Amino acid sequence: MSLSETLAGEQGNRWYDLFSRGTRDWLRHNEKVREAVRDALPNLVGKSDILSRPDNRTVQVPFRMMEHYRFQLLKPSRRSGAGQGKVEPGDVLVPGQGPQRPARGSEGEGGNEEGGPQFLLEFQVDDILDWLWEELELPNLQPRDGAEIETMDYRREGWDKRGARSRLDRRRTVKEAVKRRSVAGQSATPFTNDDLRFRQLVRRPQPSTRAVVFFLLDVSSSMDDACRKLAKSFFFWALQGIRRQFTHIETVFIAHTVQAWEFDESQFFQVRGEGGTKASSALRKALDVFDERYDNSRYNSYLFYAGDGENFFDDREASRLALSKLAETMSFLGYAEVASVRARQLNTEMAALFHALVSRGVAAGSYSISREEDIWPAIKSFFTDQTAEAS
Amino acid sequence: MTQSLADYVPRIEDLGKELGLRYHPVEFELVPPSFMMEVAVYGLPVRMPHWSFGVRWIYQMVQHKMGNSKIFEVVFPGNPNRAYLVNSNGIHENSLVVAHVLGHADFSHNNLLFVNSQREAGYHIVEQAAAHAHRIEQAIEEVGAKRVEEVLDAALALEQHIDTRSPINRPHFPTTVQKPRKPEADEPAFMGRFQQLPGQGGEAEKTSEAPQRAKIPPQPEADLLWFIAHYGPDMEDWERDIFLAVREESYYFQPVFNCQIMNEGWACYWHARILREADFLPDELYLDAMKTHSDVVRPYAAEKQVALAVNPYHLGFHIWTKLIQERGVEAARRIMEEEDDFGFVRNYLDPELARDLDLFVYQAGRDGEVRVKESNIDQLYEAILAPKYNFGAPRVFVDAIKSDGSLVLVHDHSTDGRGLEPNHARHVLGYIHRVWRRPVCINTVDMKGEAQTLQVGRAA
Repeated sequence: MSLSETLAGEQGNRWYDLFSRGTRDWLRHNEKVREAVRDALPNLVGKSDILSRPDNRTVQVPFRMMEHYRFQLLKPSRRSGAGQGKVEPGDVLVPGQGPQRPARGSEGEGGNEEGGPQFLLEFQVDDILDWLWEELELPNLQPRDGAEIETMDYRREGWDKRGARSRLDRRRTVKEAVKRRSVAGQSATPFTNDDLRFRQLVRRPQPSTRAVVFFLLDVSSSMDDACRKLAKSFFFWALQGIRRQFTHIETVFIAHTVQAWEFDESQFFQVRGEGGTKASSALRKALDVFDERYDNSRYNSYLFYAGDGENFFDDREASRLALSKLAETMSFLGYAEVASVRARQLNTEMAALFHALVSRGVAAGSYSISREEDIWPAIKSFFTDQTAEAS
Repeated sequence: MTQSLADYVPRIEDLGKELGLRYHPVEFELVPPSFMMEVAVYGLPVRMPHWSFGVRWIYQMVQHKMGNSKIFEVVFPGNPNRAYLVNSNGIHENSLVVAHVLGHADFSHNNLLFVNSQREAGYHIVEQAAAHAHRIEQAIEEVGAKRVEEVLDAALALEQHIDTRSPINRPHFPTTVQKPRKPEADEPAFMGRFQQLPGQGGEAEKTSEAPQRAKIPPQPEADLLWFIAHYGPDMEDWERDIFLAVREESYYFQPVFNCQIMNEGWACYWHARILREADFLPDELYLDAMKTHSDVVRPYAAEKQVALAVNPYHLGFHIWTKLIQERGVEAARRIMEEEDDFGFVRNYLDPELARDLDLFVYQAGRDGEVRVKESNIDQLYEAILAPKYNFGAPRVFVDAIKSDGSLVLVHDHSTDGRGLEPNHARHVLGYIHRVWRRPVCINTVDMKGEAQTLQVGRAA
């Protein structure tokens, strides 16, 4: 018997005062939930309309506690149990009224109710992105080499003894005063005008932080809902990735059949067209919009085209010309071939056109997406292509 | 406050011994409630890390915050017993708890199941579990947390699947057997029956004495942890070590689980009796302690009239009280030594007591309706004991290892009365598959009672 031992122990800190195993294992559980959520992300994104919402964009993800499975018998249609209290056979005890005393060591009974509590996790899209970029080890986007776009901007650089009051650097000024006083000795005045230091601004060229992203979507009758959803997910993540790099982003949404129209985002994915496909119509529309609204010297520009690859044969030449023209101004041209059937792999009309661009050394890439699982590899390869281009 | 508790402890112990309690020494330790909560979740003061404990811990936290759960003590049997008391509890509560712990110590020192389990798993489970945790930490450093977690996923999921009828250190199965000669393949089966007529077969038998490869396991094997640890075709040593560590802890947990009603009832009987006879305790302290006692052994929460569960403290306390009243302490002690909850409830919860305690059987339908059922005493036993059969787990056995190394499990659905929940079973097979590294399947039945095989992993 040694309760006294404890009394000594109470004074000092025990290991359990400093460390909670429960917290450690709970955090590990949450990590596993995050992993599970990540796997479901492309799916979640396809469902919601979050492309160009304002900045504090969040996604809500419902999740259950993860279950550590054990062998378990099938649930009987009627479960029997023992209870206690003054009741008569036939009495109906509405569930929830009887208290469920948590009996230690018998959580086999208590813990097997379907599901358990649901939690709603809210994720900042930006947080998800940061974490995904880290997780997938995606490179950061670089403005294309050679076509580096620069704007002039003011930057802080160096100090001067004169300047506007608002740019007085107090820390620096005090430093100067201390230096002077330590030389001059005790009688020195605390501050003189000579101690004052002001931050200087200079004009320096800056890499542009503006970007415009064109999304082109084939909405002809051959594009079904599944295809659109895949295209939307791809667009979303491509846009998010670009957004990480540029502070100011504009988007242009163009849908086309044999004609092309510009839409805002909310309508863009609802658009349903009839008839055939002329990609050149959309590409020319993109050219027009770009020339009209965006100054090539101030914008990084990206264009993504998504479709099922079909294009009228007689439109080939027109599309080729439009693409070449776009390639002169755009930082990158991306082509996502979405098909609900995985039969053809990038040997369609459109794929051939983009392939020709790549072989000419233009910054372009093609991605084949037929299932949700293909979206991540496509995004990854887009960003990897980008760094390869830039280096 | 603690000073005076420290004063009471030896006197409570002396009184316990006087009343006939016999036990290994008890080390008491006062710990903060947060530590207590973790002990309740992990089952042991120091135990291996696993995310599933995190889930249980957060549930416990929520329960605790809502005031639905109060933990008074945890005692780990062994030599010495290790008892933890909550330092924020009052002296009246802790005096009661000290007496309660002595009841547990007496129980675990004398009950056959505990005696066996301690002989097998050792008398220092707290230290042994800490050593397991330490080895697992080392494994994490060597191979990474993710791989260790995968092994723990499997081992802890099979935690209940041990067989305490076998010793903890078991020899491997014999690899060869002498089998009577079988007829040659080209012999007609009919003729084969006459090859070995009594008295004639001497020569034929002699020629077939080359030993044959034995079936492994020779009969269905219930100890899945042991079997996988020893027969996993490609397992690494640290993986086997984890399986055996979990198994050793299960050997310790099983009697706790199988004797919960008896053990808690016994401890409640003795704390009540010791405090009643402890004339050295101030009256006020005794009254407060008795209030705590009635909180612990009450059948349902104060504001409720009906409970859909039977409080094991309450049930055990009343069975023991009646037994000791009617047959005396010595007879009760013999019962305590020999029985587990199954025998205890079936033999000593008589219809009269069941009626006095207002015990009933209910049925819960799928729609959530709970209805009190007309029932006899056997149905009541079944309702109380059913969740406790086979360590609370379905009866799953290793049936065979196939020639390609794949593992065949079999579920004894006829005894369990139902098939396995397929989603859960598939996940568990997935866990096993990752350590067994060959296909794993289980034979059970589906909802309609038709044979069903679930498999994870494909033959190479």
